[in-house]
Amino acid sequence: MIISIASGKGGTGKTLMATSLAVSMRGREKVQLLDCDVEEPNDHLFLKPTITASEPVCIPVPKVDFARCTYCGLCAEVCAYKAIAVVPGSVLLFDQLCHGCGACSYLCPEGAISEEGRRMGVVESGNSGDIDFVQGRLTVGEAMAVPVIRRVKTKIKRNVLAILDVSPGTSCPVVEAIDNSDYCLLVTEPTPFGLHDLRLAVETVRQLGVPCGVIINRAVEGEMLADEYCIKEGIPVLLKIPLDMGIASMYSEGITLAEGKPQWQNAFVSVYDEIKRISHERTRCA
Amino acid sequence: MKELVVLSGKGGTGKTTIAGCFAALARNKVLADCDVDAADLHLLLQPTDKHIEEFWSGQIAHIDERACTKCGLCQDQCRFDAIRNFKVSRFACEGCGFCSRICPVDAITMMDNMAGHWYISDTKYGPLVRARLGIAQENSGKLVALVRQQARKIAEDKGYSAVITDGPPGIGCPVISSLSGADLAMLVTEPTVSGAHDLERVIQVCRHFKVPAAVCINKFDINEKKALQIEEFCSNLGIHTAGKIPFDTAVNRAVANGVPPVEYGDGPAASAITNLWKNIEDQISPN
Repeated sequence: MIISIASGKGGTGKTLMATSLAVSMRGREKVQLLDCDVEEPNDHLFLKPTITASEPVCIPVPKVDFARCTYCGLCAEVCAYKAIAVVPGSVLLFDQLCHGCGACSYLCPEGAISEEGRRMGVVESGNSGDIDFVQGRLTVGEAMAVPVIRRVKTKIKRNVLAILDVSPGTSCPVVEAIDNSDYCLLVTEPTPFGLHDLRLAVETVRQLGVPCGVIINRAVEGEMLADEYCIKEGIPVLLKIPLDMGIASMYSEGITLAEGKPQWQNAFVSVYDEIKRISHERTRCA
Repeated sequence: MKELVVLSGKGGTGKTTIAGCFAALARNKVLADCDVDAADLHLLLQPTDKHIEEFWSGQIAHIDERACTKCGLCQDQCRFDAIRNFKVSRFACEGCGFCSRICPVDAITMMDNMAGHWYISDTKYGPLVRARLGIAQENSGKLVALVRQQARKIAEDKGYSAVITDGPPGIGCPVISSLSGADLAMLVTEPTVSGAHDLERVIQVCRHFKVPAAVCINKFDINEKKALQIEEFCSNLGIHTAGKIPFDTAVNRAVANGVPPVEYGDGPAASAITNLWKNIEDQISPN
């Protein structure tokens, strides 16, 4: 089962929920935690894993053999990203713009373009006790997170509970991470910003056809903004965690809720059980 | 004209709240919301939209089922795994057009993609340029660049002296697009392990693009020890901690009422933000 944890708005508590769910489920299921927020991966600060393997993530970028190049300009014409410019006697390559689609090398009539890897990040694997841990890390100054996320997701094991921590937002890195999940947990907070971005997140997961449920973090008694929205949309609220300075201070030190306040472990296990039940029902109806 | 961009690395540290306060405190400025995925600044500034335009960017492959012979070449060659069972996934397609060029029966065409909208609005604090990227769209960096370009154009045409930009979280394409060429990056962090870790990465991005940075620690009293560590870390890098804002429930009430906290009374957070603004104001004043 693959559960992704997303939010739309940043800082609602994705990392705390992902790590707390992982810790609460250890011993009950084989747990794998994959940090897909490759721009700012934080799960490692909470799980303090031992990293045992590290592999670079490269995308193939063109390399021109000038002995063969006739400066015909076809490569520049086919490049949708303006990563190649051909001027008389020279070919200029802008590697940072290249998506690695391979069109230029395939279509070059002289066979003058080969490809070489350009490193844009790294995927690290290891473990935190019996939790399997994977994280991606985009190199500072690089713009494209998607290839790194794609590589992280190749590490998802079969027959485990794979928990994916997703970056904030609704654009391509978020979609890449959530796509093909069995369930998406959306973490929100009962503020106008939280609700506004929750709507966007719900729209995103619906377009991807992934069922979702909500965790309301920093819940304040009597503040029903998020609840009312969820009822209206028919989205289950699976957990509420109160606004609590004790939790905030634990979080600030990198301690999961499941470890700092073990009484919460059962609540996370119930969230998982409920997700499993919902998923079974969906498969039965399908 | 000077440009200030509010960034954080980590999401939810208070970028929008602080950018909204700067909107109220700064004189003679244009506002830009460059968090085009999840723009929230308008929730504090209550804009009236004056101009809405579509944002067309990139292309998506489209396979004509009747012409397709299912030879499989496109599926084999697509590096983005965007064609399965001779159908294009609009989420995975990166619009490179490779498939359309190699299809032996010309069954694939590239269609222009409407990727979102952008808006020019009036607010009581000055003009606001913002955008909304369509759900699951690419090219957020290009839309950010467009928002900034429009904000600068308004500033130049109408004689405003500054652009204040609310930036996106992270360090990837929309952040780079918000940051490059700005005069000052205001980095908002919080005294948590995640806040510190992500601040370090966004500082590196500022250095990479040679944009001067100043830091503010929001809710510093949640963990004063960690706040001091962050201050010390920044000071070792020669970065000024220009403000420390206490946790204050008046901020939540102000935001819930759709008002920048500095306009909602003079609680401890509001005065700290006013001081923060005074500390950086000179850096974005006209020469």
